[in-house]
Amino acid sequence: MLSVLAAFVGELRAAGLPVSMTEHLDAAGALGVIDLGDRREVRDALAVTLVKNGDHLPVFDTAFDVFFSIRGFDVPLPDKAADRDELDGAAGDTTGPSVGDGGGASSLSAEELASLLFRALRDSDQSLLVRGARAAVNRYAGFEPGRPVGGTYYLYRTLRSLQLDRLEELLVAERDAPDDLSHRLASDDARARIELLKREVERAIREHLVEDRGTAALAKSVRKPLPEDVDVMHANRDELAQLERALRPLSRKLATRLARRRRRRRRGPVDLRHTVRRSLSTGGVPLDLRFKPPRPAKPEIIVIADVSGSVASFARFTLHLVHAISTQFSKVRSFVFVDGLDEVTEYFDGVDDPAQAVARINAEADVVAFDGHSDYGRALLSFHERFARDVSRRTTVLILGDGRNNYHQAHAEVVADLGRRARHVFWLNPEPVSYWNSGDSIIDQYAPYCERVVECRTLRQLEAFVGGLV
Amino acid sequence: MSSLDPRQELATRLGLASLPPVNFASAAEVRTRLGERDYLSDDAIASAVFLADRLAKPVLVEGPAGTGKTALAQAVANAIGSRLVRLQCYEGLDESKALYEWNYRKQLLRIQAGRPEGESAQSWNDLEEDIFSDQFLLTRPLLEAISATDPVVLLVDEVDRVELETEALLLEILSEYQVSIPELGTIRAKQIPLVFLTSNNTRELSEALKRRCLYLYIGYPDVSRERDIILARVPGISASLAEQIAEVVRSLRTLDLKKAPSVAETLDWARTLVILGREEIAMEDAAGTLHVVLKYQSDIERATRELFSRSANLA
Repeated sequence: MLSVLAAFVGELRAAGLPVSMTEHLDAAGALGVIDLGDRREVRDALAVTLVKNGDHLPVFDTAFDVFFSIRGFDVPLPDKAADRDELDGAAGDTTGPSVGDGGGASSLSAEELASLLFRALRDSDQSLLVRGARAAVNRYAGFEPGRPVGGTYYLYRTLRSLQLDRLEELLVAERDAPDDLSHRLASDDARARIELLKREVERAIREHLVEDRGTAALAKSVRKPLPEDVDVMHANRDELAQLERALRPLSRKLATRLARRRRRRRRGPVDLRHTVRRSLSTGGVPLDLRFKPPRPAKPEIIVIADVSGSVASFARFTLHLVHAISTQFSKVRSFVFVDGLDEVTEYFDGVDDPAQAVARINAEADVVAFDGHSDYGRALLSFHERFARDVSRRTTVLILGDGRNNYHQAHAEVVADLGRRARHVFWLNPEPVSYWNSGDSIIDQYAPYCERVVECRTLRQLEAFVGGLV
Repeated sequence: MSSLDPRQELATRLGLASLPPVNFASAAEVRTRLGERDYLSDDAIASAVFLADRLAKPVLVEGPAGTGKTALAQAVANAIGSRLVRLQCYEGLDESKALYEWNYRKQLLRIQAGRPEGESAQSWNDLEEDIFSDQFLLTRPLLEAISATDPVVLLVDEVDRVELETEALLLEILSEYQVSIPELGTIRAKQIPLVFLTSNNTRELSEALKRRCLYLYIGYPDVSRERDIILARVPGISASLAEQIAEVVRSLRTLDLKKAPSVAETLDWARTLVILGREEIAMEDAAGTLHVVLKYQSDIERATRELFSRSANLA
């Protein structure tokens, strides 16, 4: 058991969770006092000792499923026989889809399986649901042994065959919903139940994969990065939604931290007048120095963001984060472009939640002037013409984009001029450094005129950079 | 597996005469006993409390506001019949408010009272020893929890409100169950207190603090647990209304609101509806009572639009 634990801790560390030696010891201690036969209890004990951040729990759960998959445990499944009886009753003369035999369940017809899942969901019958999910996976996933995949493909195949939409409709229809409110409640309820099914299916697939390829190999392929480490440019839809959720607490924390830092630096330069007056009481010896209150230099921020397809989500996150801490700056102005440029500052005025404003940008900003392909040269030129006089020595200019210019003209001289006018010009590039200047990326033509070109692929990097601006 | 019982080890370190008995025999027992006190826990909560007791480690409880973090500590104290010692954290909390303070007024009085009897060096030494003794010490919650002889549950509430530096005050207590006072020496715990820390996650707590604690995340409960909580906490409510409230609240939480309704607010809403004598939630009630669950006007408008307007589901 201890060696399994050590391997498990290793996996958590590989997934990015900071597990210390003490925590490892605590986990070992916890395993010593609980009932090792109870999977749920083992999971809770490990979660309580090893995970110290609520956002990390999903990653932990995935790893736990892989490492402590039911097959890995030498514990018989609870009351398998009873379940089998139940299934037999439900599905005629078929044998239940027990864990070991993948073939048994395939004799369940599609309708029988659907009705079984339906009943499991309707009655919130957990064990029936687990059986149903396994049967569904056996039937639809079409496993190809030895294929080094993470299971998303199988998940997709299984879920598609299950026709979840129909199942959801059935569940909604089951509850009588005379008015709009109860209809809405019913459909939310159905959706939540379907979500449960999805999770079970995913788990069943993982069990299969563990059996097929072993724990270590699978752990590597299903390893999910922590939300703050997800590569923004290559995030899929689920991950983006997750990032979206992670962003709000992140920006709130950043704002608190910066505000605190500002308050704590309470000493300005020595206030001579006040010090001399205080010194009168000590015979003219300035024992007690007085300081002027600090006058924090609040920078002015101008964000110029490429919002064309590939980097749009990155731009959204950055705008969100910068505006979330806008109290730390004297002024924030935002511009977005594709091949035309538009100012979007006003969208953020009087809105409490930057996310709303960001949503409006997508819908309303007028950023396409010509063909809808990024044209950095044209956009920067247009910025320079219209707004260059607003850039002063107090201004920090942030340019966001991958520098992929679709072979248009670069107009790097514009950035050079901005660099002369502004206090800082930073370029945030959401691509990994190794991709810079490949293909149509011309980041190197701009780089000499920027103070820094920063690789900013993940929320963590973004947060660190934005935090450093103040 | 591990030859040394963590409780035993701690008891030896603290120099306790006998090993204090564990409060709970299993996670299941935690669940039932908390349930008797009308605190409905789930597996994760019960496990965390059980392990905290069994391993003699503090628990850091994190989660959205109003999900029962503070109530958990209260319920545990209640269930094991201990006194609850509570330290409410706030920005600017310092040693003299959290740990101990010298009662300097009393010390001054003592010095002045002792003055007439000649001022030899000997008497000054006596006096100095005297004024830094127990009777001039004002105990604050942390020291009180440590020095108590009866069983206590220590609750450090909203620990994320103190500054990062102040967190360090807690570290000695959390890992060693002792407090060092320069003038007096080290005061060790006379029993093993159960320690709960709560945090609303407004900032990242230091690694040092997290490392010393078990970690429990309490999120929003699922519908059936929330329904049970309503039934347990709101007298006179019908099962169907409780169920409906729980479902409406779940739907509200899926909306993108500024402040999702907490369990505490759900309970307030349930009480309101009971007082109004409602058997089920009707559209008209919603507009009138939604402000009990939702605290922003924009949230209320949004919820009304999405859930409680006639045309919402036709679109």
